[in-house]
Amino acid sequence: MNAHAVGSHQRYTKRAISAAVSPEIVATWVDAGTAVADPAVAQYALGIADDLLILAQQLGAWISHAPELEEDLALGNIGLDLLGQARSLLTYAGSAWGKSEDDLAYFRDESEFRCRWLFELPNGDFGQTIARQLVASVVLRALFARLADSRDSTLAAISAKAVKEVEYHVDHAAQWVRRLGLGTAESNRRMQASLDFVWPYVDELFQPDPQAAGLDGIAVDPTTLRGDFEAVVPPLIEASGLQVPIVTPSTGGGRFGIHTEHLGRLLAELQVLARQHPGAVW
Amino acid sequence: MPSPGYGDGREQWPLYEVFIRAGRGLSHVHAGSLHAPDAEMAVRNARDLYTRRGEGVSIWVVASADITASDPDARGAFFESPQGKEYRHATYYTESETVPHL
Repeated sequence: MNAHAVGSHQRYTKRAISAAVSPEIVATWVDAGTAVADPAVAQYALGIADDLLILAQQLGAWISHAPELEEDLALGNIGLDLLGQARSLLTYAGSAWGKSEDDLAYFRDESEFRCRWLFELPNGDFGQTIARQLVASVVLRALFARLADSRDSTLAAISAKAVKEVEYHVDHAAQWVRRLGLGTAESNRRMQASLDFVWPYVDELFQPDPQAAGLDGIAVDPTTLRGDFEAVVPPLIEASGLQVPIVTPSTGGGRFGIHTEHLGRLLAELQVLARQHPGAVW
Repeated sequence: MPSPGYGDGREQWPLYEVFIRAGRGLSHVHAGSLHAPDAEMAVRNARDLYTRRGEGVSIWVVASADITASDPDARGAFFESPQGKEYRHATYYTESETVPHL
């Protein structure tokens, strides 16, 4: 982009992105050769990136469909936070294999994705989206808080930015769980049904990550995140007039490329444009 | 804008006025209004609607119903008194030659 042609807008953009780690900043590090991921680290980052990318794609579907205009914006903003984090991680992961974020997002098939099942669950009604978002946000917050201390400085920088964004996502979801749980009989019933629906997929989030093994001090062992979840989510559910579901956990398998039936359709919509018009820009 | 939840389908979230402070040392300035189920959510909605481009460091919201406003129809009489009283402006006065450094 020609800086002279766009004048003050470009100056503003430059200042805005210089304040925080963005996908564009990570790309400049990768291009300059100052951030080149070790293949094992890249594989680990890819799993997290896929969780984030798929959740962002799902939240985008709420825009113009949320119960109120204000929630269109809220869910859209959260989705864009997650998309930015996913893009940073994909860009960094791609540096190990000479691939761009677009190569990884648009030109991998379903079995090559590493997202876990919670992130693939359909939006359902607003309550179901909020239940999924609460679980996801609390786990992501705990993850990024630890990854911010990773010995891998790029992972640490991306996570330090992400943890602040996800802090707000936790707050947003918690506010809604409270209001729906303590609202009307109908909102309570639907919020409980939503928790019941997502609960089988909670356990997978704390299963050992095959890609994290051997990356001591760089990656975070997911089994260590359960304590953060238990400290926050069950008390919130109970204080909201709801019950912590007792369910049999799903088998999971997202990190091994095994997915629910929902992922295929999500990817079809995510990838169709880039695949039908390779190299298209807009 | 009906909200879901109530049987009659006509429930509506109340309106809130949003005030944003752009930076330290500046005043909160009216940015617009929005709907929210309560004041706490109004602050969050305001954050999402009005600070997406880094516009603010502080947000106030107040229920629109709680604002008491002057009557627009009575504008003439209500704001007539200051007209013609230029002596209330500092620029009305000429500097005194005998008082330096004023």
